[in-house]
Amino acid sequence: MTEVMTLIGGRSSKQGTALCAGKLAPEYIELTSVVEMNVEDMARLGLSNNSKVRLRTPVGEAVLRCKGRETKDLPSGILFMVYGPMTTQLMAGDTAASGMPISKNIDVEVEPVPEAGTGT
Amino acid sequence: MSENLKFVPHATCTFCGCVCDDMDLTVDMDEKRITKAENACVLGKAWFREHGIEQRPYALIGGREATTAEGVEEAAQILARARFPLIYGLSDTTCEAQRVAVAIADMIGGTVDTTTSVCHGPSGIAFETVGESTASLGEIKNRADMVVFWGGNPAEAHPRLFSRYAVTPKGMYIPNGRKDRTVVLVDVRRTMSTPVADIFLRVKPRSDFEVLWALRALVKGRRVDPSIERRTGVSLAVLEDLVARMKSCRYGAFLFGMGLTMTRGRHFNSGALLALTTDLNEFTHWVAKPVRGHGNVTGADNVVSWQTGFPFGVNFSRGYPRFNPGEFTTVDLLARGETDAILILASDPAANFPKAAIEHLKRIPVISLDPKTTLTSQLARVAFTTATYGINVGGTVYRMDDVAITLRPAFESPYPSDEEILSAIRDRVRALLGGNRVPAVAPAVAAAS
Repeated sequence: MTEVMTLIGGRSSKQGTALCAGKLAPEYIELTSVVEMNVEDMARLGLSNNSKVRLRTPVGEAVLRCKGRETKDLPSGILFMVYGPMTTQLMAGDTAASGMPISKNIDVEVEPVPEAGTGT
Repeated sequence: MSENLKFVPHATCTFCGCVCDDMDLTVDMDEKRITKAENACVLGKAWFREHGIEQRPYALIGGREATTAEGVEEAAQILARARFPLIYGLSDTTCEAQRVAVAIADMIGGTVDTTTSVCHGPSGIAFETVGESTASLGEIKNRADMVVFWGGNPAEAHPRLFSRYAVTPKGMYIPNGRKDRTVVLVDVRRTMSTPVADIFLRVKPRSDFEVLWALRALVKGRRVDPSIERRTGVSLAVLEDLVARMKSCRYGAFLFGMGLTMTRGRHFNSGALLALTTDLNEFTHWVAKPVRGHGNVTGADNVVSWQTGFPFGVNFSRGYPRFNPGEFTTVDLLARGETDAILILASDPAANFPKAAIEHLKRIPVISLDPKTTLTSQLARVAFTTATYGINVGGTVYRMDDVAITLRPAFESPYPSDEEILSAIRDRVRALLGGNRVPAVAPAVAAAS
């Protein structure tokens, strides 16, 4: 089961403090490997907190861990994750002659990743 | 902690574009680390805490430990041999180092581009197209009774923007601070910044331009169809109320983030906001400032502009500066596979560029200068360890409102500064090339004269 959603890349204060310690440190890698998703969308896709999910664009894909957000904070159909090595996998190189690749509001296919023993 | 402590008053934090210059630092001089950073936000505290002296090689050449001088020789050879070299980054170092970086690009007939091209580069394009009604943050603090944050999350990315300049502080004409201001926040989702706002506009993704254009129409007294709500998620009544407030305030300020520049519309979004600002000045005073991320990205814009006439994406291959986003900007040069060598100054594109651009970084010789090990330094042919600007290195940086601020370093580093390494590379490249690679006058022009 896959759905198309809109991915927003951005910053967070935790990411900001973690990058000072080093982008190769476990905390930074962990923070940049999580995607925030509307809890109703997660329920519909059979996902729970920390479930694995695959995001795919025409240029690449990334497997991430889910984190639920209430509808009042993150509307249905919108995903948020902090910039990092995983978001680079999903970004296209074309800048439409602007120099700026599209880094926010990227259409992504969302697909739950079955994990051994979970049945999802 | 040792007893050999040093107090550094009024130091400057260079983590983000706020460049807060009221840091009171306590430094353990034996351990070479900052133990306390008074007045710093959560990001600033981490910045000061985590930038002690790490035991790293002065340089790595192909993964082998080397001296700085050996690294300089290898880097100079790479740049002198390259046919389409690129100097990139610049936003987390001093203006003094940025100046040398531009000089190297000029000498080798290469391209110089900064992280602005993947930050507020589209706003830079919009400034050239639409113009900018600008102000210092001090002016906003002292005068603005209405502040609109558009496409940004300062609570997490620039925490003291609220408390030091734009929301809570009392100012000359804002005697009651927060009570005297109307604060509006526009975003596609609720963030930690949202509770600060009196009015929150949640716009649908990819509809900022439409909302801004509708506001322009309403400011000019034109009719806007109620179907705007279906397209943007914001009702006509909300937009009309906002316009009434904007036209009747004494001094309004837009502070806009990459929610405008990194999405569909890019420079058209920034341009629409700047045009709205101009429209509003028919009725009252409004200004607009981009909120900047890296500590001296504004300095990079200034240095590259005053040396070349353009803010980023500048190419010297014809012997004079040419500016063309999309042609001479780093993501494009890398994704198209055009650049054959790159010097990356205080930046980590391997951690945030599109996949195609990173793949090309892996194919060409990379020279990196960074205080930390990064994904970029790991794939570099030559990786220099540098001292940290603002903590170990003095110099000049620019706050996001183009105000120049002098750094007060806390303690010395055993590692050289960016400026020292770049100056050595510049001198060695000059010796290898025998001067500028590109003649001052192109051959065809010389033959015709």
